[in-house]
Amino acid sequence: MADTPLQVAGNRAKREEVPSVVEVLEGATKRAVAAVQDYSQLSFRALTNLATSPHYFQDTLEQMDDVGVGSLPIILLSGFFIGGVMVLQTGAQFVRFGQTSLTGDVVSLALVRELAPSITGLLTAGRCSSGMASELGSMLVTEQVDAMRAMGTDPSRKLVTPRVLATLTMVPLLTALMVFVGLLGGCVASVFSLQLSAVEFWRRAIDILEFSDLMQGFSKAMVFGFLLATVGCYKGLTARGGTQGVGRATTQAVVISSVLIIVADLFLTKLSLYLANRVF
Amino acid sequence: MAEDGSFPFAEGRSAIAFEGVRIGFDGGEILRGVSFCVRQRETVVLLGETGTGKTLTLKMAAGLLKPDRGTIDVLGQKVSEMAESDLLAFRRTIGFMFQEGALFDSMTVADNVAYRLHEDGVREEEIEPRVREVLRFVELEHTLDQLPSELSGGMRRRVSIARALINRPPIVLYDSPTAGLDPVTSQTIITLILRLRDVYGVTGLLATHRLQDGFGLANFHFDPHTDRVVANSENGSGAAALAARTRFLVYRDGEVYFEGGPEEMVNSKDPYLKRFLV
Repeated sequence: MADTPLQVAGNRAKREEVPSVVEVLEGATKRAVAAVQDYSQLSFRALTNLATSPHYFQDTLEQMDDVGVGSLPIILLSGFFIGGVMVLQTGAQFVRFGQTSLTGDVVSLALVRELAPSITGLLTAGRCSSGMASELGSMLVTEQVDAMRAMGTDPSRKLVTPRVLATLTMVPLLTALMVFVGLLGGCVASVFSLQLSAVEFWRRAIDILEFSDLMQGFSKAMVFGFLLATVGCYKGLTARGGTQGVGRATTQAVVISSVLIIVADLFLTKLSLYLANRVF
Repeated sequence: MAEDGSFPFAEGRSAIAFEGVRIGFDGGEILRGVSFCVRQRETVVLLGETGTGKTLTLKMAAGLLKPDRGTIDVLGQKVSEMAESDLLAFRRTIGFMFQEGALFDSMTVADNVAYRLHEDGVREEEIEPRVREVLRFVELEHTLDQLPSELSGGMRRRVSIARALINRPPIVLYDSPTAGLDPVTSQTIITLILRLRDVYGVTGLLATHRLQDGFGLANFHFDPHTDRVVANSENGSGAAALAARTRFLVYRDGEVYFEGGPEEMVNSKDPYLKRFLV
């Protein structure tokens, strides 16, 4: 009985030492640094792939359809009601000073500079980053990614670059649509709630905007699109532990990309305001 | 393909050669200095218990994983030292059949099989007849427009074989091709592998834990004239030469425990090998 596998395993288990807190922290730090390094490499490759052949136009168009057209209903619905709520909230304050006509200015600036890109980014992250992580994760655990590599295809080129390109182009477009329907919702709310003229609302909303505002909003949207796609793809391609691992990767993709979008928003806002004063 | 219907080879070399290959992960070293070679036009059956590194061996042969130490030579190329960009081109010259088929589940059978041809930019009018040809070879021509989810496990494996064959590779790596299949379907898969070896001269490295797969390959051959599988014993004096087309390799504790022909395997008195024979 001395040589039975069970006994051998039991002896080994007894000899295993419990790691110290320092060792655990060291291991966790190393894993985190390695993850950031891998994520950076994947993101860099996704972009540099654009400069060399082959290109997967069909896959890119399919992803654009999924990200752009697929996200349209939630973006339009959310945008309309966010615009309406903005008008009600700001209008309630302006009424106190008799300046309700400023509502259009405020809603327009807030939507273009901040709300539309960040909410579009967050909503698209919730819908697409999770979808990318689960799709690529499932492909990974069923060896489809290995099969792709075995047939001479670079998965970063075939799977990641089309998704990144799709979000880079679609998130700014969705942002533009959200701005429009947000102003539409704001207009409806201001006409019925604040008894403002629709023409006045639109005139003020458009006149207040400058080129730097548009630059700020759309550059943010592009960065958010890049973040949500790369995080989704990275979490999917590093999923471990079967279907449970895919579920975990999906959740992490949404959480990480959403947090990154919010954090990046702060720095991008600071950078945009700096550039607006210096350049535009 | 050569004029005699066989696949092209760089003559005078081992098709696959492992030399002192070691690989390990966080859980410890899996392979500890594995050395073996696969000669051209032969099939080596890689036996071993679960977790002994059979799949790792195939993936390293295809350049999907890099060994920690040692060299791997496939078709005269040092796979273990090649950059990923070179490996992508190299992998187009070999076929790989994954354990569960690893078919792209969002594509039809035809698109799965034609994947490599699409990647290589082959013209559409050339793709369809080639796809039909390989699907006919695995007797699944009628499944062209079906999705992998609509096929049985055995059919998916056969489509996977068809996909591996589409660009006529000289080497095919089979990862547990009959695992989880019923005996009849397993025999169908083994017959296909026999046909590839005996009709087209394909070199094979087959990982399995089922010894009957190995003996199916060692004791039978595919006769292209009668278009059926024939026992080697019916071939009289040629039986030994036919049996020599198959060799066995047994892994144990990360090392090559046994390497030899079917006769040596059967006649071995080693208690560990006997466990496979029971």
